[in-house]
Amino acid sequence: MEKFSKDWRNDIYDVFKNIGISLVSHIPDAGHTPLIDLCEKDNNIDVVTLTTEEEGVGLSCGAWAGGKKSALLMQSSGVGNCINALALPNICRIPFLTIVSMRGEWGEFIPWQVPMGLGTPKVLEAMDVKIFRVDYKDEVGDTVNAAANFAFNTRKSAAVLLSQKMIGAKQFKNG
Amino acid sequence: MIIRRDFVNKLLEDRKDNLRVVSGIGTSTWDLMSTGDEKNNFGFIGAMGQALPFALGLSISQPDKKILLITGDGDTLMSLGSLATIANHPVSNLTVIVLDNESYVETGSQPTATAGKTNLELIAKGSGIENTYTIFERTDDYKVLKTIYEEDGPSLVVVKCKAESTPLIFPHSFDGVTAINRFKDTM
Ligand SMILES: Cc1ncc(C[n+]2csc(CCOP(=O)(O)OP(=O)(O)O)c2C)c(N)n1
Ligand SMILES: [Mg+2]
Repeated sequence: MEKFSKDWRNDIYDVFKNIGISLVSHIPDAGHTPLIDLCEKDNNIDVVTLTTEEEGVGLSCGAWAGGKKSALLMQSSGVGNCINALALPNICRIPFLTIVSMRGEWGEFIPWQVPMGLGTPKVLEAMDVKIFRVDYKDEVGDTVNAAANFAFNTRKSAAVLLSQKMIGAKQFKNG
Repeated sequence: MIIRRDFVNKLLEDRKDNLRVVSGIGTSTWDLMSTGDEKNNFGFIGAMGQALPFALGLSISQPDKKILLITGDGDTLMSLGSLATIANHPVSNLTVIVLDNESYVETGSQPTATAGKTNLELIAKGSGIENTYTIFERTDDYKVLKTIYEEDGPSLVVVKCKAESTPLIFPHSFDGVTAINRFKDTM
């Protein structure tokens, strides 16, 4: 059954199109790859590959000042890179939306992913970012939609945390 | 050595309507505010390292405006990766001016890496920004104006200037919401 259902990344892409997101920045994570591909194929979405996730915060804010809605895609480790940058949307009340693929929480193979995985919700809360967690594929679209509306309608920061259980833990094989 | 406040004032003296100016944290914001209370300006007073990506986002979303970022060597050193991002997502309407006084003047004039072996123009070039140069004298003012208004960007100009603290000229409001709303309304 599963393989016939529409991929949940398509649901995120549909929300992006519905609310008019025209700029997507990212440091890739495997969980986001199909979504990045969809955005890259879309002539009306500008895709910017960053060198560190914090750049995506400033980029989004500058784009909003110029009239564009955007989203930052990153894995949970990237949230740690963004902490001080999050002061910018916070103090200027600039809408900021990020979609975070969680690592280090369910079936994780790499122990190095665990500290920031555990720290991600705490860090976001510390910087006044509202968290929208999603654990089930059929709730992805609604959750991203709610987060985007929260960000753009109330001029606040919102993070969607895509649970690792839902994404499926990446499998590593030695040799 | 260039006196930065005079330089910035001269550069923005007869500014055109299509110019939007962003300044980075530190002396650059006080320099920009010294040119007058102008709705077409937005000055960072925090979020060090965020002015470069902010200017890129603004340039992408406002392709018909000329975007000028005026910032310090310290602020630029905190976001060197953004030079690569700018180079690889090129925006022809963006000029970055680095007021390189080789120090963190705002915090007590401690030397930065550019007081040592580091050359920001070479870093920008190596990052892939093609239009880069360094000026040491005020006789090159006209060249910088041409870069801002006429040349295809992204461009980065390093302005070697004197390390001295200058009077703090505050923006119209320290409140970020007031400042960004005012700026956004000019787009
Ligand atoms: C993350 C962070 N670290 C340190 C500071 C303190 N700080 C404020 S301005 C500044 C110096 C900026 O240096 P530069 O960009 O060269 O500015 P200028 O020399 O023109 O004052 C520093 C270190 C800060 N605001 N944020
Ligand atoms: Mg300096």
